[in-house]
Amino acid sequence: MKRILTTVFALCLMAGSATAAETAKIGFITTLSGPAGIIGKHMKDAANLALQELHGKIGGLNAQIVYGDDQFKPDVGRQVAEEMLKRDKVNFITGVIWSNVLLAIRQPVLSSGTILISANAGPHELAGSLCAPNFFSTSWQNDETPEAMGQYMTEHKITDVYVMAPNYAAGKDMVTGFKRYFKGKIVAEVYTNVGQSDYQAEISNIRAAKPKAVFVFLPGGMGIQFMKQYAQSGLRGQIPVYSVFSADETTLPAIGDAAAGNSEAGFWNYDLDNPANKKFVSEFRKAYGYIPSYYAAQSYDAIKLIDSAVRAVHGNLKNTKGMIAAMDKANFASVRGPFKYNTNHFPIENFYLFKIVKTADGVYARKTEAVVFHDHKDAYYNECHMTN
Amino acid sequence: MIMRKPGVVSSRALVTLVIIAVLALVPPVAATIGEGFYVDVFTRIMIFAIAALSLDIILGYGGMVSFGHAAYLGIGAYAVGILAFYGVDNGFLQFGTAILASAVAALFIGFVSLRTSGIYFIMITLAFAQMIYFLSISLNTYGGDNGLNIDRPSDFARLVNLSNATTLYYVVFAVLMLFLFLGQRLVNSRFGMVIRGAKSNERRMAAIGFPLLRYKLTAFVIAGAMCGVAGALLANQDLFVAPAVMQWTRSGEILMMVILGGMGTLVGPILGAVAFLALETVLSDLTGHWQAIMGPILVLVVLFARDGIFGLLSRIGVERSRG
Amino acid sequence: MDPLLVLAQALNGIQFGVMLFLMAAGLTLVFGIMNLINLAHGSFYMVGAYAAAATFQATSSFLLALLAGIGAGAAVGILVEIVVFRRLYPRDHLDQVLATFGLILFFNEIVRMIWGPTALYATVPHFLAGQVEILPGAPYPAYRLAIIAVGLGVAALLYALVSKTRIGMMIRAGASDRVMVSALGVNVKVLYTLVFGLGAGLAALAGLMAGPIFTVESGMGENVLILAFVVIVIGGIGSIRGAFVASLLVGFVDTMGRAFLRPLLATVMANTAADNAGPALASMLIYLLMAAVLFFRPRGLFPPRTR
Repeated sequence: MKRILTTVFALCLMAGSATAAETAKIGFITTLSGPAGIIGKHMKDAANLALQELHGKIGGLNAQIVYGDDQFKPDVGRQVAEEMLKRDKVNFITGVIWSNVLLAIRQPVLSSGTILISANAGPHELAGSLCAPNFFSTSWQNDETPEAMGQYMTEHKITDVYVMAPNYAAGKDMVTGFKRYFKGKIVAEVYTNVGQSDYQAEISNIRAAKPKAVFVFLPGGMGIQFMKQYAQSGLRGQIPVYSVFSADETTLPAIGDAAAGNSEAGFWNYDLDNPANKKFVSEFRKAYGYIPSYYAAQSYDAIKLIDSAVRAVHGNLKNTKGMIAAMDKANFASVRGPFKYNTNHFPIENFYLFKIVKTADGVYARKTEAVVFHDHKDAYYNECHMTN
Repeated sequence: MIMRKPGVVSSRALVTLVIIAVLALVPPVAATIGEGFYVDVFTRIMIFAIAALSLDIILGYGGMVSFGHAAYLGIGAYAVGILAFYGVDNGFLQFGTAILASAVAALFIGFVSLRTSGIYFIMITLAFAQMIYFLSISLNTYGGDNGLNIDRPSDFARLVNLSNATTLYYVVFAVLMLFLFLGQRLVNSRFGMVIRGAKSNERRMAAIGFPLLRYKLTAFVIAGAMCGVAGALLANQDLFVAPAVMQWTRSGEILMMVILGGMGTLVGPILGAVAFLALETVLSDLTGHWQAIMGPILVLVVLFARDGIFGLLSRIGVERSRG
Repeated sequence: MDPLLVLAQALNGIQFGVMLFLMAAGLTLVFGIMNLINLAHGSFYMVGAYAAAATFQATSSFLLALLAGIGAGAAVGILVEIVVFRRLYPRDHLDQVLATFGLILFFNEIVRMIWGPTALYATVPHFLAGQVEILPGAPYPAYRLAIIAVGLGVAALLYALVSKTRIGMMIRAGASDRVMVSALGVNVKVLYTLVFGLGAGLAALAGLMAGPIFTVESGMGENVLILAFVVIVIGGIGSIRGAFVASLLVGFVDTMGRAFLRPLLATVMANTAADNAGPALASMLIYLLMAAVLFFRPRGLFPPRTR
């Protein structure tokens, strides 16, 4: 109804003053309902904050962010994208948590000429064979974070590792990325059910296999469950856990002490020491009262990236080529610090190792320990042949 | 059932005609008001209407509560997707495979499931759908959970261009009308009478000497194959297939559409699909907490509108004409 | 194979089965007696988990959390029974499925509105935090042993309640002949409400015990709900004994499948093939089990004698 009303309202406006200043519209697709809604909340809060800091303007134009809920379903995500393109006539589409949603919306969005910016998902197809001029990422390619973890464990001569991930595409990608840089011995490679809640059987198997370390990728509720059950089994003090995307600011409030001391990897953390990040984190915490996650950071950067591009073309939203060229320069104060774009429009960026610790305020968060990769590139950019 | 009051018949027919007319007019109206997007919305709604209609044949007439109907949607969609993956664009081949594959799956599932009845039947159909869902997730060659991209829509010897939204709309519309017609013919045929008889009194029908299992299985296979076509159309609209189309909640949603619209009417499920998906779209635009509104609406429909929206509309029509 | 590991996995299976039983018991009672399919049974599980976790956070008292969890679950159950379900008893199963599906949507969203979208923190009480050495070299989480004990205790109590008490007699009579029971002067309405509250309370108990090991989040009930339905269908609807046997069977098969299927397959096929087939097959195993049971026994292992 609201949409219908705003459409009617917009039609009246158009009839009234055809010369009224142009509005920059950004479609933001994320998951707002269901258990994954927490990720959507982080992203939406951050995007709102970014627009607020820009005084509601993108590159000097009046701006509006239209939010859409993909309900964690690719076909719903696709319909939301079509709605945004055809009804809301958005100039950019960003957000997108899930690889399958991104792959589902890729075709209609990119073929319409609209610029698509992933603020999270980074499936290898879009970094390689399916790369496109009007696609950018403000996050990472999926393999990179586990690559960093593999590299770190190799550097520290950690071997006899028990590897575990859910039995789906992202899970396999994560393990592939990990193995690309991990040179030690893998004791076992186990794929669990998607959405599994009880890991006691797997934990018993880990105990029996006696590895020196455990590497897991168990996002969302799966991670919460595994960390708690692992701690309860008494293995936490004996076999350290190295994980990716399994203990972050969206899940740590529910995991609590059970993940303390674990290692995570990533391209960004709230304690990174650069002016843009300090400003972002303090403003964010002031506005919303919780520590932002990387989902929030990526979304914040996505809005800032769009702003930089519209600014570069002096508000001429028709100049897509100009905006793409401007985005390619990554000319904005990213919360990760300065970075460059690779030929496939994925960032060339640092990756870090974090430890889960209890902060001074009594909450659990990631603490940056070491730089694992400087200016890391993903493994697929050579397969990307962009045609303009 | 057979001796309807004349007023009811005419108002039902009227509602049916209005629905068909409205659906036929969506693209020109959308073009006039400059909101071409609604063509996509209604294409999707009609695809789910086909799925709901196919379910209604076994549910509303045969009393077979399949809680795994989304599986055929998935099989139909994957038939198109997998053939396209190997470069086979031929629409006749793709749709033929979709029909065949979903029919074979329905034959097997029906053969096992129809031994049971009641809640056992509900659960065993759900179990099979879950198995197919988990299978599709583990198909790594075809993208697993990430899904499978389809480069081009089905090619029917270049007769129709399905990448044009309006053309696709009318193709889906035609399929829906065809299935509505075939469905009507089917349920009013001798075959349909047997199925309906089995719903109201299985023992008597068996005693008369009808091989009921064979009749019910045939209906089950027909419904599965029809839903497979819906899946193939969905793959053409989305140009993408993922296991998420056959999550168990999706089966539940198709079931909702049938009940919401009015089961055992064939037209009801179409109304149900429109109402369910339109409600979902409108409510989710209003608030992130839209499910807190959607839930009670479903409860209220069950409690106070027993024969669904179709029944409600027809009754209003009757009261008006008695006026 | 390491015998200690097999023993540990057997315990895991029993523990998982016992959890399922607590869910399935209420479901099968309600189905057997009132002939109601309640998809919203998972919502009581969720309410129990949330109420207990929130109370524990506020008071740090395990006892209060326990009471709050069961109380909230039973209260919500009774309330919903009076407002909605009473009208659904005479309806067919389809109406019940639709209405209770609506209730699931409602409860999942209400919980998110009250407690926010973040999963809630829930932890084991201190006195159950450690491990118990069941055999030398085989430590097992104390909390999970406690779950097994509670589950078996509840099963025994339920058995006693249904087969030895007056209420149990009415319940059994109500299950086999509704009309006669009310003719005998039993207030069927109140009986139904009580049975419903009991089932909801049991689900809440399962939920609050699950809180510290699973995730307390909106929609947490649906994962167990499907499994609980699988259990009651395998066991035979309305049969507490069937639910108990089937719970343990499902818990056992699922756990053993996840633990040993892949290594077992690896002995007969290539490693990569086993990596692919193992987990896929493990996730289908209980559904295969159900299909097989129903193929040979279309009304479950312990079909109710009447009807």
